[in-house]
Amino acid sequence: MTDIPFLSLAIWVPILGGLLVLATGSDRNAPLARGLALLVAIAGFIVTIPLYVGFDASTSAMQFVELQAWIPRFNINYHLGVDGISVLFVLLNAFITIMVVLGGWKVIEEKVAQYMACFLVMSGLMNGIFSSLDGILFYVFFEASLIPLYLVIGIWGGPNRVYAAIKFFLYTLCGSLLMLLALLYLFMQADGSFSILDWHQLPLNIAEQTLIFFAFLVAFGVKVPMWPVHTWLPDAHVEAPTGGSVVLAAIALKLGAYGFLRFSLPIVPDAAQEYSGLIITLSLIAVIYIGFVALVQTDMKKLVAYSSISHMGFVTLGFFMFNPLAIEGALVQMISHGFVSGAMFLCIGVLYDRMHSRQIADYGGVVHTMPKFAAFFMLFSMANAGLPATSGFVGEFMVILGAVQFNFWIGFGAAITLILGAAYTLWMYKRVVFGPVANSHVAELEDLSAREFAFLAILAVCVLAMGLYPFPFTEVMHASVDELLRHVAVSKL
Amino acid sequence: MTDMQKLYLVVPLAPLAGAILAGLFGKLIGRTGAHVATILGVAVAFIASIYIFRDVQAGNTFNGTVYTWMEAGGLSFEVGFMIDQLTVMMMLVVTFVSLMVHIYTIGYMHEDPGYQRFFSYISLFTFSMLMLVMSNNFLQLFFGWEAVGLVSYLLIGFWYERPTAIYANLKAFLVNRVGDFGFLLGIGLVAAYAGSLNYVEVFAQASDLATQEMAVTGWPLITAICICLFIGAMGKSAQVPLHVWLPDSMEGPTPISALIHAATMVTAGIFMVARMSPLFELSDVALSFVLVIGATTALFMGFLGIVQNDIKRVVAYSTLSQLGYMTVALGVSAYSAAVFHLMTHAFFKALLFLGAGSVIMGMHHDQDMRNMGGLWKYMPVTWITSLLGSLALIGFPFFSGFYSKDSIIEAVHASHIPGAGYALFCVMLGVFVTAFYSFRMYFLVFHGKERFGQAHHHDGEHHHDEHEEEDAHAGDHHHGLAPGQKPHESPWVVTVPLLLLAIPSVLIGFFTIEPMLFGSWFDGVIFVGDNHVGLEELAAHFHGPVAMALHGLQTAPFWLAMGGVVVAWFFYMVKPGIPAAIQRTFKPIHTLLENKYFFDRFNEIFFAGGARLLGKGLWKAGDQGLIDGIAINGTAKLVGWIAQMSRLFQTGHIYQYAFTMIIGVFILLTFWFNRG
Repeated sequence: MTDIPFLSLAIWVPILGGLLVLATGSDRNAPLARGLALLVAIAGFIVTIPLYVGFDASTSAMQFVELQAWIPRFNINYHLGVDGISVLFVLLNAFITIMVVLGGWKVIEEKVAQYMACFLVMSGLMNGIFSSLDGILFYVFFEASLIPLYLVIGIWGGPNRVYAAIKFFLYTLCGSLLMLLALLYLFMQADGSFSILDWHQLPLNIAEQTLIFFAFLVAFGVKVPMWPVHTWLPDAHVEAPTGGSVVLAAIALKLGAYGFLRFSLPIVPDAAQEYSGLIITLSLIAVIYIGFVALVQTDMKKLVAYSSISHMGFVTLGFFMFNPLAIEGALVQMISHGFVSGAMFLCIGVLYDRMHSRQIADYGGVVHTMPKFAAFFMLFSMANAGLPATSGFVGEFMVILGAVQFNFWIGFGAAITLILGAAYTLWMYKRVVFGPVANSHVAELEDLSAREFAFLAILAVCVLAMGLYPFPFTEVMHASVDELLRHVAVSKL
Repeated sequence: MTDMQKLYLVVPLAPLAGAILAGLFGKLIGRTGAHVATILGVAVAFIASIYIFRDVQAGNTFNGTVYTWMEAGGLSFEVGFMIDQLTVMMMLVVTFVSLMVHIYTIGYMHEDPGYQRFFSYISLFTFSMLMLVMSNNFLQLFFGWEAVGLVSYLLIGFWYERPTAIYANLKAFLVNRVGDFGFLLGIGLVAAYAGSLNYVEVFAQASDLATQEMAVTGWPLITAICICLFIGAMGKSAQVPLHVWLPDSMEGPTPISALIHAATMVTAGIFMVARMSPLFELSDVALSFVLVIGATTALFMGFLGIVQNDIKRVVAYSTLSQLGYMTVALGVSAYSAAVFHLMTHAFFKALLFLGAGSVIMGMHHDQDMRNMGGLWKYMPVTWITSLLGSLALIGFPFFSGFYSKDSIIEAVHASHIPGAGYALFCVMLGVFVTAFYSFRMYFLVFHGKERFGQAHHHDGEHHHDEHEEEDAHAGDHHHGLAPGQKPHESPWVVTVPLLLLAIPSVLIGFFTIEPMLFGSWFDGVIFVGDNHVGLEELAAHFHGPVAMALHGLQTAPFWLAMGGVVVAWFFYMVKPGIPAAIQRTFKPIHTLLENKYFFDRFNEIFFAGGARLLGKGLWKAGDQGLIDGIAINGTAKLVGWIAQMSRLFQTGHIYQYAFTMIIGVFILLTFWFNRG
């Protein structure tokens, strides 16, 4: 099993497949581009399945490791591997790519091949991020993944797409430049090793740790995004096409959070402990402040974007309380948010494709003309509000439990999301879906097509399955999370 | 898995199967298919519950895991069942009332286009409620708790084109979420300090928990846990100040008002506290809190029932008040009396609601009591069963409500816990109030002058008080009878459930009081601490149900109830001018009651308005003003400005460059020579 380089396949099948799609050229070949893209996306997902099936949950060691010299002169290696923290994200990413291809099937009519290729390449690059064990390799993937997303927003985006794309690009680029400095510093301290695993063992004094911690914090905090560096996200979401929003919310935001676990916590544990109060505060602000901001949004996409920030606040909150329940809860929250926010954006996309408006005020009584859609949207809204038996509940529940264990008041603050999350999500649902038919456009809406029904149904199954039986998701995490916590508890000073 | 364990699984899964069939394949199986499938599911659950009841009676209880939901952080989260005397009683009540409501729905929703959807929802509700009561751990309890909340949300908003309905369902969900907020923190504390979510394991550590203090706040742990959990109960069981959603929930179709918002879901909080008696017994502070909240609800919500003109709203306020009685019983450690009242109330309140629904059908969906009167002639079955239900509600001796309510009053009387005096006052006066509004309704609806068939006046004024959405008349709500048209008795699918519910409403108290309150039925399930009186004193004076009823004829509650009935009769039958006169004389009090103590307006302005204002403020001032306006775009502008400035230096004139260079060289040389 391990002879086959599944991780390389997970990275290169979508990238090379994406280039192949690109080669189909102009929009005359659009049907071919779509079919090929779907095929590549499915193949890309299939090659990730052995990663879960063959995963050994009893060890915290890296698995499916691949190691090749890349630039020997600087000791930079093509070094891949996954553990219990990263493996699920590779699968999630490959899975969401299929949804994105399906989601953009009919909607995208211009530059189809380029659109599909962008997403496939991005999918491969992001798999690279989740499986890199070499600092430079990680950085290359991390930066490279910005480009397709930038193009997606900038080319297929809305009227204000240029502002949004540049804001997105500059924001994240500024963050990651600091990370590059930190990586180079670590390289020198580690006697010329770019291996992330070596860095985990590297002794560093508190001053070094603090600087590196803040460099990482800026890089990853922008990506998550954490309050107060979150303002690029609502703009990016509003301008991005549906597929862009889905990938952005479902996968791209996870990159930053993942970075905290792969870099900040194990490499600079003492600084992480030292400044955990800061992160917890910022996270709680994200949960509560952003919850209130989400409440008053008039644009559906902006509302869900803000809700994403609030949900990601739970993730960073969970990471920095240093107990297994909270960290695993945060990881579960990341996966679940991938399904739920992806589904929410797809739902909004379904409406947008018909009405060409995202304003809540333009809707009302959609249930009369789109009952099937209303049912799915209800399910995902409830998941977004964290209702038990949906995936949205699991992570929130674990993080709140972990928070109460850690400090009652932090649990208290986090639990406010129970009220706020329900308020902003269901209030929007009420105004969009319920009520009398608002206008003649709503009266003419057509219910879901077979294609739309298919991708929403698949996501609905995921959301319910994870809510009813999260055991298989947390099972793979235990060993790695326990090891991480043991590692963080030992001072490097 | 033994056969018995398989049967446990059948109880919740049969209604779930029905719900899925009717919900996902509703078009395929049609209207008949939908009600056959769901009724069959619930009937199976009911019969299985009877069988399990017999088994429990024989002494076979069960506590075990069905599957492990998740493991994390040393905690095992499980889905499992606890089948004991309390559970099985709840299972019987839930499945029986649900079955009656399912059958009744065939008649009530007959013309509704959402027929299959409705059946799917009520079966889903039955499943959720059963999962809640059968749970052996806090996680599943919370699952059921939220799931019944979801179905309640869906059903209150069943007629989703009606602005009042979708306002009410959002409100119900959010107010319940406030309760759940406390509930979840309580569960979090249990998990953090007991290291388990399994009831039995937690209860085993109860005395240990009672000695601890919370790490950060320094509060007594057990009190914090109990109050947090009880806040959850306050949401679900609609206790003041989280009661505001229940009256509005009457926007839903009447069958679910009976099933969810009277008989079963709203009693989940009562059930939960009774289940947690080993914890609550250890905190007198929490018990006093419970008692005072319950007593306040019992009396003050009863007052509101007096001024309502919508038949469903009268019953709704009576439900609030009765839930207050149950909560009072919990507060004085008379858990079994609370659960006993829960059971009798489930039957007679479901009966009253379904009776009200039958009246509404007879009146062609007019709910205003001022347009009724003299209906007894036209709707004999509804009339008699409603009378029986009302007698049970006011606690007339020998009726089931008498036994449960009288036990609660006696238990309050015997209790010494702080707040018991206030509670006694509330529950005593509450008896009068209950009798008054119940018989006010009864006389207005069934007796007196026939007021229907005329142009009707002022309906719907209670439907939309503060919120912006107007038009409470949308949908099929207020048709009413055309002039000359007479009300008619409902079809048999409606009257048969009424008759079947009337039987336990009258009899169940008489037959079950002895085992449930004074026998050994709840031994090992409900705990009463040695420092609390509970029902001991009452048990000492109990000489059988007949003696209790006969004795009841001579006690104050009986005369208070009779007083209420007589006053109602005098006011609404003999001198109908009196209520209006009183209303004029005591205008401020009437205004207060009419506006439900201004709770809704306060919430609307303070919480809903405040949250929106805060959100707008943070968004405009924080995100757009500070972060984007100053920090981000400001930085961009600064960069632009610096670029502008530095461009000035690149003028392209050689002499300026040369001059600058000379000055630079000069400065550098100065430093160079002065460096020593």
